[in-house]
Amino acid sequence: MSEQATGNGALVDIRGVEKVFRRGAEDIQVLKDLNLEVPAGEFLALMGPSGSGKSTLLNLIGGLDHPTRGTVSIAGERIDQLSDHRLAAWRARHVGFVFQLYNLLPVLTAERNVELPLLLTHLSKAERRAHVATALAAVGLEHRAKHYPRQLSGGEQQRAGIARGIVTDPTLLLCDEPTGDLDRKAGDEILGLLQALNREHGKTIIMVTHDPHASARASRTVYLNKGQLTREPND
Amino acid sequence: MSGPVNWLSQIAAVTKFGLLSMPQRRGSVAAAAFGIAGVVAVLVGVLSIAAGFRRAMAASGSPDAALVLRSGADSEMVSGFLRDSTRIIADAPGVARTPEGPLASAELFVIINLPKISTGTDVNVPLRGVERPALKVREGLRIVKGRMFEWGRDEVIVGIGAAREFDGLQVGDRLKVGRYLWPVVGIFSAGGGAADSEIWSDATVLQAAYHRGDSFQSVFVKLKSPDAFNEFKDAVTADPRLNAQVLRQTDYYAENSTAVTKLITTLGYLIASLMAVGAVFGALNTMYSSVSARTREIATLRALGFGSAAVVASVMLESIALALLGGVLGAALSYVAFNGFHTATMNWQSFSQITFSLAVTPQLLVQGVVWATLIGAIGGMLPAIRAARQPIAAALWEL
Amino acid sequence: MKFLHLIWANLRRKKTRTVLTLLSIVVAFVLYGFLSAIKQALTGGVSLEGANRLIVRHKVSIIQLLPESYKQRMEKIPGVASATHQTWFGGIYQDPKKFFMQNPVVPEEFLKMHPEIILAPEQRQAWLTTRTGAIVGRKTAERFEWKIGDKVPIQSSIWSKKDGSYLWEFDIVGIFEGRDKNTDTTPMFFRYDFFDEARRGGTGQVGWYTVRVQDTARPAEVAKLVDAEFENSSYETKTEAEGAFVQAWAKQIGDIALITASILGAVFFTILLVTGNTISQSVRERTGELGLLKAIGFTNAQMLALVLAESCLLAVLGGVLGLGAAWLLTSHGDPTGGMLPLYFFPARDVLAGLAMSVALGLVTGLFPALQAMRLRVADSLRRI
Repeated sequence: MSEQATGNGALVDIRGVEKVFRRGAEDIQVLKDLNLEVPAGEFLALMGPSGSGKSTLLNLIGGLDHPTRGTVSIAGERIDQLSDHRLAAWRARHVGFVFQLYNLLPVLTAERNVELPLLLTHLSKAERRAHVATALAAVGLEHRAKHYPRQLSGGEQQRAGIARGIVTDPTLLLCDEPTGDLDRKAGDEILGLLQALNREHGKTIIMVTHDPHASARASRTVYLNKGQLTREPND
Repeated sequence: MSGPVNWLSQIAAVTKFGLLSMPQRRGSVAAAAFGIAGVVAVLVGVLSIAAGFRRAMAASGSPDAALVLRSGADSEMVSGFLRDSTRIIADAPGVARTPEGPLASAELFVIINLPKISTGTDVNVPLRGVERPALKVREGLRIVKGRMFEWGRDEVIVGIGAAREFDGLQVGDRLKVGRYLWPVVGIFSAGGGAADSEIWSDATVLQAAYHRGDSFQSVFVKLKSPDAFNEFKDAVTADPRLNAQVLRQTDYYAENSTAVTKLITTLGYLIASLMAVGAVFGALNTMYSSVSARTREIATLRALGFGSAAVVASVMLESIALALLGGVLGAALSYVAFNGFHTATMNWQSFSQITFSLAVTPQLLVQGVVWATLIGAIGGMLPAIRAARQPIAAALWEL
Repeated sequence: MKFLHLIWANLRRKKTRTVLTLLSIVVAFVLYGFLSAIKQALTGGVSLEGANRLIVRHKVSIIQLLPESYKQRMEKIPGVASATHQTWFGGIYQDPKKFFMQNPVVPEEFLKMHPEIILAPEQRQAWLTTRTGAIVGRKTAERFEWKIGDKVPIQSSIWSKKDGSYLWEFDIVGIFEGRDKNTDTTPMFFRYDFFDEARRGGTGQVGWYTVRVQDTARPAEVAKLVDAEFENSSYETKTEAEGAFVQAWAKQIGDIALITASILGAVFFTILLVTGNTISQSVRERTGELGLLKAIGFTNAQMLALVLAESCLLAVLGGVLGLGAAWLLTSHGDPTGGMLPLYFFPARDVLAGLAMSVALGLVTGLFPALQAMRLRVADSLRRI
């Protein structure tokens, strides 16, 4: 894979990416000749109006979707051409996801939810337990470990979601509107947590948001408009 | 990362989440499981009739016993021999002998009408006149209540199945045959075979009552060994004084049972197949709703790196687990309800009733559970494919 | 009904689910039709014509013979219009597994006694003039591909001819039809005079009698008179209505009605669960919408009716499709290949099936309907 590496040291390297969705007979171009580099250790906020393609871009970075054209390299590995099967394995190793609606399994306790990605590794039960405890401690949710999602507040659920995102110590943490469903106070706490993860643990984070309050916590903000990235919001 | 162990543990994990969410969908799960239980119970129940019937017939003959009929007669009912002929048959080579003489019993076979207890309507009950060696010709025959009839007296003994199914056949009752009244003096058991359905008297008593002179209908013979059959058969069929055919008892009874068991088995499979189709729809419904209720969960797992094969396998396994639950329930139900259940039906060959017990055999139980598994697998397949093929990205953000 | 589009739209909401539920109902009714036909085959054969006919047999069992001379004595009994006899021949054509009945009868008496047997006049004439003539039912004629003019050899298991041979030969002179579906067209009938003269033993003895009762007489009383007439003779009789005789015969096989009822019970219980579950699931999903309907002024009764109508529509639709499919399937004939000659789906059972589909709809819809009716508007709207 080394010949694919771009050599500029960026963790995420997106070149000339285009994404076209087909809706009926009509082609909808969501991303146009898009380039993005995210160096390791950055906390990048991705902003833009609804329908601008933020989630599409995040899906491409997270290996949930394939670009129509262009290359997506993460840590020097081209992922745009991996098969679905290999992508699944790749995601398990490299990416942590945090969702707007937390996406916790209602039938599992918080700690069991956090443990989920570890089931895809060869870690022993004891090792998994240790990792889960660390992750829960990192998000400040140790005391709620045995609770089910329905017994947790929105903020607590999102903490559990973040713990799940970081428990495998992934290369990248991808957050899609992590505060979109939370009130201001809980949202602030979550942003503080992400910031701490970035500063203290050196996590590379890409966060999609439309909330300027949230993007203010990031180390850099880029704007997506009509399928292209800009440094400034321009409407 | 993608070794088989890992793949299996993925399946196990995803399946577990599905199974854990079952209690939340208990209405739908119970409906599908009961549906499958119904199929299995009906399948096993109907087939247990055939199995019981076949078992009764199989218990009726042993390989070292032969039956001699007039050639061309397909049953005892229409066969006939004079005493001279039965003597020649008894003395034929291959027949086992004791100091008292050859083990051959010349017998009469008629039917009488008696009310069946379960329906209250008249049915044909076999009445057999036997000679002394009859008890030794048939292995395992014993008196379980009362005593053996006295030879030459107007008395009868009754098979345990006949005593149970037909009215007026208890020890102390009197059996009305034409203008005669014969006391029932004993109950005998023949180990579940056809004789259990019969009433027995001394052949000479029956000859007199039916104005048969000195004639018989069949000869039951015990052979020296199972291998002596051909020797005996050849001797009897080649004898110019006789017009007889020789059958191995096991073959005769097996032949008797094929028509009935085939009918029951055909109908049983047909009914159960139709029900199974219905149950597949029930299972499909349940699994589709299970999958659609968990769209976002499944997408989340996929985003976390669980493979699509694990999702397919887990949905299938969930469906099969549900079906097994129903299958085991149905099999247990049919075992409790049907196994050993006593009944009687028409044996067309002898034109009379044969009593038997339904037999829920281990094979039938296994068959029932296999059917359940298949129903579960078929019912889970389409929903599993749907679950695996839903686009992760779209399903993730779905409510 | 102005709400029909609403009900229909609700059923279309989750098409897969509705279709699957519909299909399981269809299957239940196909099974119902199939079992009805089997039951009909095993317990039917009682025609209207049989209502004033009695069967007279030997008291001890049907295999014992009665004297031919009983005919004259029977016809003198008050209430008896006519009597005729049949005898079990027990014959085999080629394959013992391909069973069908062949009985010697007195042609003129027999045809008069059994108007449900339809025979063309010229064939009837041919039978009356041919001693070795036999008539055979349409089903058996088709099964063995017999045509008028064929000579058919039948091996009797019971009766030998004077020369000792058990092989009899008959000339097919007629092929009869049944007047309705309930008439068995598998038997063969041949002439008693030919049979009686040719047989070696049993001359002058017959199997059983069929007696026609005068229109004004009561069959049960006539039956008693017949048995009284022959009491204490060497051939005592047992007389019963033809219907009772046929049904008792079916009960020799087993309690068919009970067995089919139990199977159907299991089937409908299962379908009840599947359908009931679907309806209540869909009611649960639209709690909010139903609350809205209540908020805009639907009454409790209307809510109940709305849900019940939905379940009934589904059940009746499934019922009609299932009964129709069953009708088509059973009209193709007996699945066992000839063991059930009277296999068909009787019209009265079709109607009963329709009634059952309505009942199924009501029962499955009841709980969800009550659930919908009892919705508290304020709570349910919050759940939108």
